[in-house]
Amino acid sequence: MPEVRILKERERQILRKGSGDQDMACEQKSLAGSVSQRACVFCGSRVVLYPIADALHLVHGPVGCAAYTWDIRGSLSSGAQLHRLSFSTDIQEKEVIFGGGEKLYAALSELIDAYHPKAAFVYSTCIVGLIGDDVNAICKRVAREKEIPVLPVHSEGFKGTKKDGYQAACDALARLVGTRSPEGISPFSINILGDFNLAGEIWMIRKYYEDMGIQVVATVTGDGRVDDICKSHGARLNVVQCSGSMTKLAEHMKQRYGIPYIKVSYFGVEDMADALYKVAEHFPENPKILTRAKDIVRQEVQALMPELKRYAQALQGKKAAIYVGGSFKAFSLVRALRLLGMKTVLAGSQTGNKSDYEQLKELCDEGTIIIDDANPLELSKFVKEKDVDLLIGGVKERPIAYKLGLGFCDHNHERKEALAGFTGMLNFAREVYSSVMSPVWRFAPRRGGEYRSSLSIGREDHGQRISEPFCCHS
Amino acid sequence: MASVSQSHFVATRNACKLCAPLGAALVFKGIERGMPLLHGSQGCSTYIRRYLISHFREPVDIASSNFSEESAVFGGAKNLAMALRNVTAQYRPALIGIATTCLSETIGEDVPGMIRQVAEGALEGNPVLVHVSTPSYSGSHAEGFTAAIKTVVERLAGERSFASSARQVNIFPGICSPADLRHLKEIVADFGLTGVILPDYSETLDGPAWSDYKELPPGGTPIADIGSMGGSMSSVTLGRIVASEPEKVAGEFLSARFHVSHHAIGLPIGIKETDELMRTFERVSGSVLPEKYRHERGRLIDAMVDGHKYIFEKKAIVYGEEDLVLGMAVFLSEIGMIPVLCASGGKSGNLHRLIDEMIPELKGKIEVADGTDFAGIDEMAERFQPDMVIGNSKGSRIADRLKIPLVRVGFPIHDRIGAQRILHYGYRGALELYDRIVNALLEVKQARAGLGYSYL
Repeated sequence: MPEVRILKERERQILRKGSGDQDMACEQKSLAGSVSQRACVFCGSRVVLYPIADALHLVHGPVGCAAYTWDIRGSLSSGAQLHRLSFSTDIQEKEVIFGGGEKLYAALSELIDAYHPKAAFVYSTCIVGLIGDDVNAICKRVAREKEIPVLPVHSEGFKGTKKDGYQAACDALARLVGTRSPEGISPFSINILGDFNLAGEIWMIRKYYEDMGIQVVATVTGDGRVDDICKSHGARLNVVQCSGSMTKLAEHMKQRYGIPYIKVSYFGVEDMADALYKVAEHFPENPKILTRAKDIVRQEVQALMPELKRYAQALQGKKAAIYVGGSFKAFSLVRALRLLGMKTVLAGSQTGNKSDYEQLKELCDEGTIIIDDANPLELSKFVKEKDVDLLIGGVKERPIAYKLGLGFCDHNHERKEALAGFTGMLNFAREVYSSVMSPVWRFAPRRGGEYRSSLSIGREDHGQRISEPFCCHS
Repeated sequence: MASVSQSHFVATRNACKLCAPLGAALVFKGIERGMPLLHGSQGCSTYIRRYLISHFREPVDIASSNFSEESAVFGGAKNLAMALRNVTAQYRPALIGIATTCLSETIGEDVPGMIRQVAEGALEGNPVLVHVSTPSYSGSHAEGFTAAIKTVVERLAGERSFASSARQVNIFPGICSPADLRHLKEIVADFGLTGVILPDYSETLDGPAWSDYKELPPGGTPIADIGSMGGSMSSVTLGRIVASEPEKVAGEFLSARFHVSHHAIGLPIGIKETDELMRTFERVSGSVLPEKYRHERGRLIDAMVDGHKYIFEKKAIVYGEEDLVLGMAVFLSEIGMIPVLCASGGKSGNLHRLIDEMIPELKGKIEVADGTDFAGIDEMAERFQPDMVIGNSKGSRIADRLKIPLVRVGFPIHDRIGAQRILHYGYRGALELYDRIVNALLEVKQARAGLGYSYL
């Protein structure tokens, strides 16, 4: 195919480590027509609040936004499953003309009666403001009538980027925090923010912390519960993963309640161990916590190393490309891949900021391409140029890899494999190994897998001349 | 008359429909070098892409004009112009299909006016710009699909006064799988006809592995062919529900404007509806049914006899787009099963009547719930004591809860591979469906018996 053209306006969002000191442009709205892999403000809010399992999540607007986010994440709950249902006011033409307030009120009231949630989140989508619905007032009224918190989430798709959606979600959460008594919470206690309990990851992490002697008060964004969030201001430390989405809430809790926070990642052996040590170091008055953390790390690492080494041997020298939502995850992945003997030659994210990309550049080898808010054509161009063996991304990136005959690892919200924690590192290695080492790539056209005719007459196929058949060489 | 079931909820719970722009995007993906562009927020494109990719497992690039607050206040003309320029520069499309979203519809964008202005500025390669109005607060993805087809035909048909063959026939296939489209093409060719199928995503959304990434996948209805639709001898529209609103259908437009005779029939699912399709092609082509299909029909009937006892009077809940539900219900009635509940998120108002008309022998035994959702279906389900559920993958939880099998058909199928290769149409499609339905029930029987028997 003809060379992919990089749109002029996008050139400053792509850099190669080692070629000039170009400043990375980022944190801007996606370019119209560029086919960004990003979603919208609503998406940002929805992903953060989605795992709060005993809350009602009502999407106010036409049906699409609720339909496309029905059970979209692999975020598990140990109890209530209300979050896995999709509720929409399903606005019709009539409401567009006369307003959707009445329908919202009726829908909210009936759903609260039917499902008895602990709280309700009402997401405003694109047209809600335009048709003049006073969502705040309706939420207030229903909250009074039903005696549960009813929180408006102002997530009109066009009002910014996914990050603004995170902000809207954090604003809603901030209104819950501090509304219940924190009595009885241990002085050695944390909240876990920004882990989404995909495939049960937060249960593993929670157990590590509990084994260290730490009380976990609220797991806000994974297996989340309204009551826990309401008393989460009683915890002594906020531990934030996916910092892009949850730092805003951590900041708020720091200012309002004086709770410090640390940023961690649970992906990869080094980062997971760090996440335990950092928490332990926060409680120096109880040195047992650090001792236990060290024990856990030692035991876990010992248990996984033999198998990990086997995978690393097979994967030595293979090349990987990473394109993920938040850049913090990219750091961990670069390190985790290194542990497997693999080299990251392309790293990008949807929502990284300047310092994220600086850090990413620092971490990667010379020549690595760093990219912000990429699109499918750019990704395909660079994975081909770098001749990678593996692409790590989400559902939207998967066909790019598969069409070109490359391995793929799903590291996004739909996945059903736990990739966090020490066990998760092993699962990750297994995932990568079982994709990269599969025999199917031998048949991929790019890897010489095309049919070779037994006849010596060359033929035209899709405009490409098939290479000389092998019988001629014998 | 079939009785009617309605949910008493104001809210939609687990929607059994999608929004209109998705249907339009699917149509534009089925046009050669066609590129969909949604005029609205970035999320609409991304969510729809994700939804389609998870079904077809192919790249699905859909552009967005990416509204900002400013565009919502002052209009999205600037964004649309920029989007068109960038899409053209990157993808070199032959056609850009612009579908509106609820946002651009609500603020009352004059998209045709904007397109005229942009076109004067001349986009590189001069792509055809088609605009379809698809507000998601009116109708579902099925309506978006139909509207996009009609808009494309209105815009392009008549551009070429002659057809590429004297035996050209237009086919509007309904929402179906790439396998169905390939089968339709085969049937048309076997009748000695030249088919123009719109949309045709049989290759664009189910193509082979590539050696090089393609900005737009090969395949799709050639624009020149759409331009010549006015010169075809006939049009065939599949889908009785779709055709029950003639003013929305491309085939009616072609009949009125270019006097192309129009045959509106059902989705060719099962024997009777496939017979109807074959008879239509016989009439259009003047050729009798090719022997190959007589054999396929014969094999289908032979199989139906082999398996009839295992499924007689078994009860199924069927859901999906209204036309699919109608087609499946008719087929089930042919093989001795009872589609006890026929449910859809669509609400054309014609499903009850057509089910009564097509399946008079089961009067009183079928309930119809249109404009419903999955929570509604779930709550009704127990009452019917169904033996199986037939529809897309979104009903899997109903099947799980009732511990009965789900036979996956239609769109979307997000939890299995091979959705794009499921054949529903023709005698061949009916045979595949039949085998899957019977075997699903046999598996249950075998598992429940716990005897490990090795013969049927």
